[in-house]
Amino acid sequence: MSVSYRYFDHEADIGIEADGKTLDKAFENAACAMFAIMAEPATVLPEREVRVEFEEADPELALVTWLNQLLAQARLHGVVLCAYELRHSGVRWQGRAWGMPWKGVGERGTEVKGATLTMLKVEAIPRGWRVRCVVDV
Amino acid sequence: MDLSRLRRVDDTCFTLPASAGESRAEVRFYGDRELLAGMDDMVLTQLGNVARLPGLVGAAMAMPDAHWGYGFPIGGVAAFDADAGGIVSAGGVGFDISCGIRCLRSTLRLEDLAPVLPALADRLYQGIPAGVGEEGNLRLSPRELDAVMLDGARWAVGRGFGTPEDLDFIEEHGRMADAQPEQVSELARRRQRGEMGTLGSGNHYLEVQSVERIFDAAAARSFGLREGGIVVSIHCGSRGLGHQIGTDYLLSLAKAASRLGIHLPDRELACAPIHSAEGRAYLGAMRAAANVALANRQILAHLAREIFAKLLPAARLDTLYDVSHNTCKAEMHAVDGRERLLHVHRKGATRALGPGHRELPPPYREVGQPVIIGGSMGTGSYVLAGTRASEAMAWSSASHGAGRAMSRKQALKRWSGRPLIEELGRRGILIRARSLRGAAEEAPGAYKDVDRVAEATERAGLARRVAFLRPLVCIKG
Repeated sequence: MSVSYRYFDHEADIGIEADGKTLDKAFENAACAMFAIMAEPATVLPEREVRVEFEEADPELALVTWLNQLLAQARLHGVVLCAYELRHSGVRWQGRAWGMPWKGVGERGTEVKGATLTMLKVEAIPRGWRVRCVVDV
Repeated sequence: MDLSRLRRVDDTCFTLPASAGESRAEVRFYGDRELLAGMDDMVLTQLGNVARLPGLVGAAMAMPDAHWGYGFPIGGVAAFDADAGGIVSAGGVGFDISCGIRCLRSTLRLEDLAPVLPALADRLYQGIPAGVGEEGNLRLSPRELDAVMLDGARWAVGRGFGTPEDLDFIEEHGRMADAQPEQVSELARRRQRGEMGTLGSGNHYLEVQSVERIFDAAAARSFGLREGGIVVSIHCGSRGLGHQIGTDYLLSLAKAASRLGIHLPDRELACAPIHSAEGRAYLGAMRAAANVALANRQILAHLAREIFAKLLPAARLDTLYDVSHNTCKAEMHAVDGRERLLHVHRKGATRALGPGHRELPPPYREVGQPVIIGGSMGTGSYVLAGTRASEAMAWSSASHGAGRAMSRKQALKRWSGRPLIEELGRRGILIRARSLRGAAEEAPGAYKDVDRVAEATERAGLARRVAFLRPLVCIKG
């Protein structure tokens, strides 16, 4: 599985940027970037599934909604996530993600409180899509 | 920050005058030239955006600890008049609604604590739920959570967490009025399950501190502080419920602003007129989250007292003060000689009422409100007192912390958690952190010089220094 993400500087919080061949894949990689702040992905097993579903016409607001719904579902189920799958058709977005309970996780990182609209961008690049936003920690 | 666009008013006040052509009100910075020069240019950009929002009264202001945030800068203060089309902004409050500091003063002295300090650090680490994914022991029914959202710390005291005397020393007596739990989503409620009485992570902490220096003896006496005394500070907020309310309303207000014809220079400034259904709904939900934060800090204060009591049964820990620094409060302020009701946004800024203010508890009425500038594990914190001058300068506001000087990404490149904790240990500061990465991100060197921030706050006239607190134990998430 190719995962392409990186972090960019933001004084108070953390900027995440991810690429993907498709918009859905770029969103999935952004989720990887966000949860990697909370726990080392290699130490998390995809044992439990959570689902998210929403409608959003604006791709930038869809990115923030996707990330924030994952945060909420992860918290509700007491899990940290490590794998993601998203499909969208028009304004309808349906995703699944997998992870494991916090109890089994070794070294923990920093809690992400939410994905913000700051430096929010969804853009087409020569070989796919690039997405970015700042997450509040 | 490039200071060439700013006009110097005096040594600690710099302004970008209002510009009709840019549809922008005045932007004002408090702080010395060096602090301002060290700020990112984005602070000026973000404050300029705030100065374009409808119904702003006076200037959009930055406190001496300001740094680049999301929407508003951290350390930003802006007041809006509902009757002049003023707005309320979810971005002007932030995700961690009513994040703040509870400060407890003790009857202990440094020499009482020294023999048990490592044991105390270990017990606090075991007994204070902290860190990402960590849950508390308290589970609330839906009806109880409604009561928390309405009554804040008063609810917690009613459940046996702390004493009624605590409430006298919490802003608004521990309860923010006009909360509307019905404006809080089911998802936000469910996210709070397991999070009451938890510290969180990031820059949140519980610190045991010693009073190392007194600057203002009279104010220190009023606050019950003496050199060599022991203080406990708890920095945290409204946890999952507040985060979800921030998330819910950030999107809904961003869409409302567009529908209502409000131009947002940055979508993170998501806002709606205070006199709108959307604005009223956000205010009702935000106040509910503020009450959850007040209750949360009350519970954590109680847990800290229980842990102290087991090791040091004779010790008493009384609330010195509890003040929030991510809020929007409806307050009366004098504007051009007339009292007006303003909605004051303080994002990473502390309310700082001056002497004589009717909302202060009687013991503090002559000296002003305690203002707490939180430190950064290794450097120390300050207790200050509000001034009368701050009312006219900044709607009675002051700095809230050291303020970051470096991104978390840069901090991770420069420091590692384990060596940092060992180094602080050699300096007599016991760190107990659930996340080594988190400790490195929060390295003291990633923050501004807290001494300089406190001094600039005093020189600007926003608050005056009362005491410097040196960290002894720091519990981090």
